[in-house]
Amino acid sequence: MSEIVLEARQINKSFHDPVTAKVLSDITFSVNRGEFVSITGKSGCGKSTLLYILSTMDTNYEGELLIDQVSMRNKKETDLALVRNQKIGFVFQFHYLLNEFSVLRNVMLPGLKLHKYSEEEVEQRAMQKLKTLGIDHLALKKANLVSGGEKQRIAIARALINDPLIIMGDEPTGNLDKKNSDIVFNIFQQLTEEFKQTMLIVTHDQSFADRTERIIEMQDGRIISQ
Amino acid sequence: MINKLIISVAESLLMARWRQTLVAALGVTFSIAMFIALLSFMAGLNDLLDGLILNRTPHVRIFNEIKPSATQPIERDSAYANAHHFIHSIRSANSRQWLYNSGAIIQSLKKEEQVLGISPKLTAQVFFNDGSVEITGVINGIDVNAESKLFHFNDYIMAGSAADLTKIPNSIILGNELAGKLLADVGDVVVITTSKGEQFPLKVVGYFQSGLKEIDRTQSYATVGMVQKILNKPNDYITEIQVKLKDVNQAPALAKRYAKIYEVDAEDIQTANSQFETGSSLRTLISYAVGIVLLIVAGFGIYNILNMMIYEKMDSIAILKATGFSGSDVNKIFSVIALSIGIFGGIVGLITGFVLCYIIDQIPFSTPSLPTITSYPVHYNPTFYIIGIVFSLITTYLAGWFPARKASKIDPVIIIRGK
Repeated sequence: MSEIVLEARQINKSFHDPVTAKVLSDITFSVNRGEFVSITGKSGCGKSTLLYILSTMDTNYEGELLIDQVSMRNKKETDLALVRNQKIGFVFQFHYLLNEFSVLRNVMLPGLKLHKYSEEEVEQRAMQKLKTLGIDHLALKKANLVSGGEKQRIAIARALINDPLIIMGDEPTGNLDKKNSDIVFNIFQQLTEEFKQTMLIVTHDQSFADRTERIIEMQDGRIISQ
Repeated sequence: MINKLIISVAESLLMARWRQTLVAALGVTFSIAMFIALLSFMAGLNDLLDGLILNRTPHVRIFNEIKPSATQPIERDSAYANAHHFIHSIRSANSRQWLYNSGAIIQSLKKEEQVLGISPKLTAQVFFNDGSVEITGVINGIDVNAESKLFHFNDYIMAGSAADLTKIPNSIILGNELAGKLLADVGDVVVITTSKGEQFPLKVVGYFQSGLKEIDRTQSYATVGMVQKILNKPNDYITEIQVKLKDVNQAPALAKRYAKIYEVDAEDIQTANSQFETGSSLRTLISYAVGIVLLIVAGFGIYNILNMMIYEKMDSIAILKATGFSGSDVNKIFSVIALSIGIFGGIVGLITGFVLCYIIDQIPFSTPSLPTITSYPVHYNPTFYIIGIVFSLITTYLAGWFPARKASKIDPVIIIRGK
């Protein structure tokens, strides 16, 4: 039986500024290992807000969040940082690479932070990830000197460096043209099929969502189908 | 390893903005250099001014003061023990100015461990005869060797030689103002008249300049034996013993002890010259205040640049946090940036400060009152350099503290959503 890597129980969230508005209500779902899940919905339905809660970056919510069957409630900020470092890989809409570093260094950073392997090993692993994604020729370039599609692939390599439990994406193809979107999608698909990588992708791109294994649809802060 | 990572991230952030970083570091450099140059110069000046008086002043002076007895006869009378005494116009019965047993006191002092050296002295009030005019003056009888060794007597001799005082009988060294008034060159003879009316012709073997006009106008020096002869006193007659100690700070305590042991008056240098101490400490205080203000201004510069850097690097901070760097890691990164600006700027500042001191030290400076000084005085003291670097680290750390705290509190969600 497939094991649960991420579980949300009765998650509620409200914004209080300027007036109290409920953005998420009774979000309950779980993601199994190796699943390729997309969350869709119209702009403003709360899907990004949900993702930031699931990613532990937003701690201001009610309800229960379990990652790898461990509750994220009452964890200290440094512990949550460790969870993000170890178990979650991020891909954002805007690539968010550190322009001060080379491509290789960008990929290596979370690995160096985790400090599970020596610097040489992390470098080797980073090269391997870049090779898998077909961008190893960019390794020594500065991060601000590569194209948008390439940047997104570098960001995926970075998300993979610590062999995360789950990869979370916030509109990873939102800023890319059709060709690059397809490349990114194919990478995701390849990762789930070949490496049993769990994926949770927020997108409003219906054609993208349709090709994933499972779609969670949201409307006005509620899950309407999953 | 984690620290190595933090340092490498800090380094790249620094290098990405190396121009601003350089300006911030230059601010620290400038303030440290000025701090050191200012303090060294001020300390040099203090030494010079202290030297003007304190080098020539004995640490403890032993003498007999003419004063009325502390207990008057009436107070010893038991019949009036509880009465209030009205006594007016008390006279000093004991008028001896010389030190009894001076030989024994000197022998005993020489055995003391804290004593560096001893120089006996006696003074005679005389008139210098210049044609029909008489000029009042003082002849100090000194032990030339001890005086040169302990109180730098040689440094102030402008013409002639101090050693000639001992070699040539009936010789005298005049203050240069006094010599000018008497039109006496080295080799000339001046005639003095003692208070008892006796006249002595003395040969001028040199003149000195102390830097204090009042002294140069009235004082002159001869050997102890010569002055005893002028005063017609025996050869154990001296009025003062000058003691130089190994540690000047012990002077007050020792002065009290000597006064008790030898039943004489003893005055320490701190009491005699308290105004110099005050002047020195005030000047030092002012230089420290100016130096610290400079450093604080540099600190604000660093604060500004780090703040700007944080606004520019919001995205980077957000992504670092999203990929697993905790708030305290981000805090450390910015503290490292601030401290490395402080260390780099500080060390360059120390070197620049030293070079500045060296340059000041080379600028010619001569004043008639200080014959031994040829360039601006600078005091090289490692303490200033230590204070400078420590203070630069403290200010840069504090200047980095607030921006670093702010950076560590950045919420990655807001930045990432805000795009």
